[in-house]
Amino acid sequence: MSSTFDTIANIIAETCDIPRDTITPDSHSINDLGIDSLDFLDIAFAIDKAFGIKLPLEQWTQEVNDGKATTEQYFVLKNLAARIDELVAAKGA
Amino acid sequence: MRLEYFQLIDRIVDLKLADRTISAAAVVPTQSTIFEGHFPGYPLMPGVLLIEAMAQTAGWLIVALNNFERMPFLAAVKDAKLRSFVKPGERLTVEAHVEHEGSGYSVAKATIKSDDSKLVCDAALTLRILDFPSAEVAKQMRELATRIGLSLEAPADG
Repeated sequence: MSSTFDTIANIIAETCDIPRDTITPDSHSINDLGIDSLDFLDIAFAIDKAFGIKLPLEQWTQEVNDGKATTEQYFVLKNLAARIDELVAAKGA
Repeated sequence: MRLEYFQLIDRIVDLKLADRTISAAAVVPTQSTIFEGHFPGYPLMPGVLLIEAMAQTAGWLIVALNNFERMPFLAAVKDAKLRSFVKPGERLTVEAHVEHEGSGYSVAKATIKSDDSKLVCDAALTLRILDFPSAEVAKQMRELATRIGLSLEAPADG
């Protein structure tokens, strides 16, 4: 969990030029860090490569738009790290 | 190239879905109003249009990979390098390779080579992939694909 968070925090810091020490597990990538959807594509690409997964961004966006999920579930970094861990585990299963 | 119609690709010459690669031919026209301004007395193919040619080539590959069900839109251009001048009448080969297919986006590397295989320009492209805005647009894209020889069954040529 912590290593997953560290990896994505480092990716965000490098991709979006955000100081690494301002990125915490409770940071909301959109509301707190101000990452827009285009920058998030770069982050998703780096995460996909780093973890060998495919973040289901379209599914998540649809769930948020349909009111079935909140952005916090996917875009607060500790939750994003948990989703990544689930995807990695599912890939290895 | 039909510059006035923003059609930068003349013909798809190779398409390998399994390898996620495409190759297209494009001939720079000898006459175009674009050359009257870029530049007066010294006509050169604008670099932004070379980037567009790479984006269209990558786009056709993505359309094919999506079996004509979704439409790519250029979202980001990185590390674009315009390595040499391109003049009216030059024959170009535009190639693209999709490096990664994400959820709602793809990342591709693209190049343009001159008739003597010299690298003219290259870039990394990110394209968002969305539903076609309408059935009519999807139909027109299919018709354009047919005109330039994009076929899912087999390489159009060569």
